[in-house]
Amino acid sequence: MTRDEIRDVVLQALTKIAPEVDPASIAPAVSLRDQLDLDSIDFLNVVLAIHERLGVEIPEADYAKLLTLNGAVTYLTARQAAPRQ
Amino acid sequence: MPLLGADMEAGTLVEWLKHPGDEVHRGDIIAVVDTQKGAIEIEVFENGVLDSIAVPVGQKVPVGTVLAVIRGVGEPGAPPVPVRPPAPAPPAEPAVRPRASPAARQAASTLGVDLARVAGTGPGGAITLADVEAAAKPAGAPKPAAMRSAIAAAMARSKREIPHYYLSTAIDLGAAMAWLRAANEARPLDDRLLPVALLIKAVALGLREVPELNGFWVNGGFQPAPAIHVGCAISLRGGGLVAPALHDADKKAPATLTRELRDLVARARSGSLRSSELADATITVTNLGEQGVDAAYGIIYPPQVALVGFGRIADRPAVADGRVAIRPIVTATLAGDHRASDGHRGGRLLAAVDRLLQEPTAL
Repeated sequence: MTRDEIRDVVLQALTKIAPEVDPASIAPAVSLRDQLDLDSIDFLNVVLAIHERLGVEIPEADYAKLLTLNGAVTYLTARQAAPRQ
Repeated sequence: MPLLGADMEAGTLVEWLKHPGDEVHRGDIIAVVDTQKGAIEIEVFENGVLDSIAVPVGQKVPVGTVLAVIRGVGEPGAPPVPVRPPAPAPPAEPAVRPRASPAARQAASTLGVDLARVAGTGPGGAITLADVEAAAKPAGAPKPAAMRSAIAAAMARSKREIPHYYLSTAIDLGAAMAWLRAANEARPLDDRLLPVALLIKAVALGLREVPELNGFWVNGGFQPAPAIHVGCAISLRGGGLVAPALHDADKKAPATLTRELRDLVARARSGSLRSSELADATITVTNLGEQGVDAAYGIIYPPQVALVGFGRIADRPAVADGRVAIRPIVTATLAGDHRASDGHRGGRLLAAVDRLLQEPTAL
């Protein structure tokens, strides 16, 4: 998947949890939890939705890398390219 | 029509999922009703056969109204309950009758839909049966204005009637968070634990030791609850709040509680909670730490007699083994109903929650 496709997957996961949000209004470098008012359960559900779509394992220790839209896309792109263990 | 919260007076029947002659089992969802808190699925509490339906779809009835009659398997049919008269006739039709098919017109009068307000999708803009059915279907998601007035009624009643006392304790979560981190490393994503599940479990186990905080104040006296069902305050996107119950929280593993909480949050926000979840909570837990607050001093949800609040889990300087160290600390608070318990017993609950969180493997 390309960066743009991964970005779409992340946006879809976010708007599923926060349907009132316009994806175009999401600032790519600002904390998603702050700008979309996500709590830890919402965040877990977002991570789960991404995992289901991409099949990428996301350890809890890496959650901090998913805090912004840009961060999430960069992390998932690298993670997807990495060989499976 | 079940009472689904202290503030509910009436509900509107939206859909029957079972029909006369159908066998029903305890826990089955038999109907959907619309309330100020959104659409709620109504569960059956006994096994039997649905004999007759007493309230048709679209009708609003007060709490306590018989919705349907269920007879035991093999029992002869009971005399039917008279169907309640339909709602008062709608006001006279406008001078220009909207174009609508006969089936749509009939459905509109049964469902109480005003045809003048329905957009037709049929030939020439005529209103079809499907249009009427779509118009009659209330949005499952809770309606902010109605929910606001439900919260206003319950909270005002609480502060008017309940003499609250407040206690707070700072709890060291070092052991709990370390255990959680290690446990999550080995767990697949959909089975990972959230800290709030440990907090809820500790409250539920602590209530076994202080049963006078678990139950209801009714008819001038305290009525202990036979089980521990923890109501979890869930804020809704767009405003409002519901506190559905995690049933038998003292008997469930933290992984189960996390999973059930995730499911509750999703269903609370989409408006598909079940009647038992809204009616059964015996205490409420509110977790406002995610908003960054240090402590939450809550208002008891009547007729419950206690509410436990948690603030943010934050690294703070704390004294451990005679030295100052940085530890993850959470402030737990208790709002207690002074008619049902005294501060001394309330303190016992917070002390028990603290002690239980020091041994996370036992949760």
